[in-house]
Amino acid sequence: MSGIRPRRNRRGVALLFLAPVLMFGFGYLMVPIYNIFCEITGLNGKTGVVSVSEVEGMAVDEERMIKVEFTGSLNQYAPWDFAPSQASMMVHPGRQYSTSYVATNRLDQALVGQAVPSVSPGRAASYFSKTECFCFTRQPFDAGESRDMPLIFIVDPDLPRDVDTVTLSYTFFDVTELSAN
Amino acid sequence: MNATTTDTHHDDHHDHGPAPGLMRWVTTTNHKDIGTLYLWFSLIMFFIGGAMALVIRTELFQPGLQVVDPQFFNTMTTMHALIMIFGVVMPAFVGLANWMLPIMIGAPDMALPRMNNWSFWILPFGFSMMLSTLFMEGGGPASGWTLYPPLSLQTGEAFPFLIFSIHILGISSIMGAINIVATIQNLRAPGMSYMKMPLFVWTWFITAYLLIAVMPVLAGAVTMLLTDKYFGTAFFTAGGGGDPVMFQHIFWFFGHPEVYILILPSFGVVSEIIPTFARKKLFGYASMVYATGSIAFLSFIVWAHHMFTVGMPLSGELFFMFATMLIAVPTGVKVFNWVATMWRGAMTFETPMLFALGFVIMFTIGGFSGVMLALAPVDFQYHDTYFVVAHFHYVLVPGSIFAIIAAVYYWIPKWTGNMYDEKWGKIHFWTSTIFVNLLFFPMHFVGLAGMPRRIPDYAVQFADFNAIATVGAFGFGFAQLIFVYVVFKCVRGGEKVTDQVWEGAEGLEWTLSSPPPYHSFTDQPVVK
Repeated sequence: MSGIRPRRNRRGVALLFLAPVLMFGFGYLMVPIYNIFCEITGLNGKTGVVSVSEVEGMAVDEERMIKVEFTGSLNQYAPWDFAPSQASMMVHPGRQYSTSYVATNRLDQALVGQAVPSVSPGRAASYFSKTECFCFTRQPFDAGESRDMPLIFIVDPDLPRDVDTVTLSYTFFDVTELSAN
Repeated sequence: MNATTTDTHHDDHHDHGPAPGLMRWVTTTNHKDIGTLYLWFSLIMFFIGGAMALVIRTELFQPGLQVVDPQFFNTMTTMHALIMIFGVVMPAFVGLANWMLPIMIGAPDMALPRMNNWSFWILPFGFSMMLSTLFMEGGGPASGWTLYPPLSLQTGEAFPFLIFSIHILGISSIMGAINIVATIQNLRAPGMSYMKMPLFVWTWFITAYLLIAVMPVLAGAVTMLLTDKYFGTAFFTAGGGGDPVMFQHIFWFFGHPEVYILILPSFGVVSEIIPTFARKKLFGYASMVYATGSIAFLSFIVWAHHMFTVGMPLSGELFFMFATMLIAVPTGVKVFNWVATMWRGAMTFETPMLFALGFVIMFTIGGFSGVMLALAPVDFQYHDTYFVVAHFHYVLVPGSIFAIIAAVYYWIPKWTGNMYDEKWGKIHFWTSTIFVNLLFFPMHFVGLAGMPRRIPDYAVQFADFNAIATVGAFGFGFAQLIFVYVVFKCVRGGEKVTDQVWEGAEGLEWTLSSPPPYHSFTDQPVVK
């Protein structure tokens, strides 16, 4: 063998080893890619967040009424009560509305909760935005504490015409362990 | 080609025989030894994984809970799958690759022999670790081999052991794949251009690239599970801002190419065997190569057909549906070419040919049910039912496993120098074929009728078909003891074979003596 071949082989093998390392990284890269993809497409009912200035730019569609339904559920058995304060409301697209969810910690120790929203139908998700929401942050509860958690939302006037009902669902997770970390 | 004379050339400074004693197998860097180790290992794992399948089928013999508790039942389905995929089919094909690739392309050994030793020897440790989880507090993993969170995150103490063993198996197969790529790219004999390579070499070449591309993604996915459980990350924990559905995307980005990793080398094996026994050249060699390449490429863009029911936009379902159905085209090309190879051939039906023919017919049945599952609207009905179980067992058992068995029958005379017992080989084929259909065909019916998978109990109307399937399972399982008998008998002795072994066999491996010398092709053969 000439002197050239082993060096070329070594480079080839190095490349072959590099490929799995890069692919391992690619696995992790799929996490942000997935999140961006979901944000753009509204996949998985991930809802949008809008700033106050954007809201002021929206024209209110007085002619259209959308029914917004609220549901709340617990992820696992946990000593919470969690429910919307009103089951549904009629809204005009382009106008801000506020409502709230009520949560009660029935345990005699402090807990931390996190609400995760989902909107159905999925294609309405990107038109449903919140300017203020208890789901933006983790919610610490003292032992036995009960609290009204506010939610301010707006439905984009560009919502497809055939959608007349939008369901906002919150799942409440016990993240006491996660936030201890 | 006068390669048979290589064993008579002696260089004094070269060790020409295997080292004596057991340490030979531990320290070996010889591709034939390592190939043998891989094959024995996968045979042992085949019986361990098979025993687990029999536990499953015993429980499902009758409706109601009789034999095992549901948690253990789910552990069995999980471990059965992990062992059969990572411990049987993959090592068996790597073993065949180790044995055959160098002598098919005229190389003296694998390109990276020391790493070759490692890639085999970490496997037994990986599987010891995985099997040890059965005896741990909280039992073994019971979330299915797909390890979907949040269920898999509820695994007990077994969890980190499971993850680390998957890491080890992944590292092993990545090292094996790197070795195969390096061997094929660098060690081909003069004149062995890419388009002259035997198809088994071609299919493994492409499979090796698939392995390098996707095994690290699986490693990443299970590492995320591990950190989610123990280090407070929230990749898949919805409460922390993660998304469990994302795991399914990452997993199947690995998982779909993985199923082609399990089947492409079988295509190669069958493409070697059918021309030999049809005594004709393979029909459409180039189209076989391109079809393999297209299947490999398409495998990267179809993963979400495993998860049609998670709630995808219609456009996504359409894309994945059509992309998946597109795979039927190159696969159809392959089946067509095999049939065309046999057309007007002077066929004989020795055991390897029987298994190869069984492969072509029964793999195609599995392929058709695959096309049915690819249809997004009907998949909503079939998802997670026994129809899916029937589908992937048809492509894996009378598919991959039959191809591996065919390969062993085809090449074992070359490996040992002895002919196997043809009569028992044929009995093995017919019992296997009858029982494998008895085992898996009724699953189509109960699946279409709505029997869910991975559940130890079922509604009484499924009882008859399940009883039949269980009879088939035991029949198929015990039929494999015939295989063990035939292999042992052949290794111990038998009618001596010629170098060519089979009348119609062509290729470099048949120019070597049977059995081949411990170091073959130390002088490069020249391919015209």
